[in-house]
Amino acid sequence: MDGVHDMGGRQGFGAVRYTQNAQAFHADWEVRANSLYAFAVRRGIFNMDEYRHAIERMEPRHYLAASYYERSLTSLATLLVEKGVVTREELEQRTQGHFPLAAPSAPGRSNAAARERFEPGDRVRVRSEHVPGHIRMPGYIRGKTGVVVSESPAYPFPDAHAHAVEAENEPTYDVRFRSEDLWLSAAEPALVHVGVFQSYLERTS
Amino acid sequence: MQSVIQRTASVEQRVEAIQAALDARGMNATEGVEELDHLAQEQWIPKNGTRVVARAWVDPAFRARLLANGREAVGELGLTLPKHHRHLVVLENTATVQNIICCTLCSCTAFTIIGLPPDWYKDLEYRSRVVRESRTVLREMGLDLSPEVEIRVWDTTADTRYMVLPTQPPETIGWPEDKLAEIVTRDSMIGVARL
Repeated sequence: MDGVHDMGGRQGFGAVRYTQNAQAFHADWEVRANSLYAFAVRRGIFNMDEYRHAIERMEPRHYLAASYYERSLTSLATLLVEKGVVTREELEQRTQGHFPLAAPSAPGRSNAAARERFEPGDRVRVRSEHVPGHIRMPGYIRGKTGVVVSESPAYPFPDAHAHAVEAENEPTYDVRFRSEDLWLSAAEPALVHVGVFQSYLERTS
Repeated sequence: MQSVIQRTASVEQRVEAIQAALDARGMNATEGVEELDHLAQEQWIPKNGTRVVARAWVDPAFRARLLANGREAVGELGLTLPKHHRHLVVLENTATVQNIICCTLCSCTAFTIIGLPPDWYKDLEYRSRVVRESRTVLREMGLDLSPEVEIRVWDTTADTRYMVLPTQPPETIGWPEDKLAEIVTRDSMIGVARL
């Protein structure tokens, strides 16, 4: 889905609020939110693709205003409700307040019908696709051309795995793009490497 | 129809509600999260990665294995990645190449090796800007690279994980491995700092 989570290349954001030795956690509840979602993954209640997608399905205003661990917490609660482990009513009875959840999911999809094996050095184009469900293709590479650098082991296909759709595992290709090809002249020169699932790619000359 | 405007529960209340609801179903969440709290705060820390970097500096054969297959090589130091992180790619910096990692879609990292990500890594500013204006972002963060240094940004969009192997400061050549590990920082393994 073309959601607000797809941040790469968005303009208007200011300086990174950087400090040396910055912490991962700033409060006890953040540690606990992180542990609870990891606990649910360990218990097999949901997988990482479902978890990521439930974050992406948060209402955009909520997503942008929430801290990282509030997004974790919202995804966890959403999936527990959707999987029938708890009900929203029970959660709201326990909190005595509104418990914001993510929006419902759109359908997922299986692997591309035609998938090609690529070798390092091959030139590939990212298919120009818009899907309503989960996808791990940042919008800034859609339709863009790059060069294959390497191949990964096969992973569950996220577009299917986040939606309990049957699919084969497939590799990702590390594809090297030039930032000037991604944003034409409106980027600083750099090489941008993205792990792109096989189904998202087609050969080009 | 009566409309009730409810206040939104605090994040602390929401966390407690989830934990209590899971416990009420006999899932022993309270017990389960204690171990995970410990892992997150005591085990998944940058110190793991600093040992990997120091070993790679002193042992060229290890360095070669690390660059060929990161997941297997860190296993030699007793370090592991979660099952779903099937691949660890180690990115070697040189005098003229600066690698830098990010996750524009969420905030993925090789957290069992380089530690759980710092706050700024997960912020919208870093995620939006680092792929498009990397040199400016690095400069703002205190790393002013000369123009001849090529920047390679690695966006963690799959379950392959990355860590940066920083260049060893020349004055530390010959130091013992444990002393070398102490000078390696998490931010140098993310690639936003040089040593």
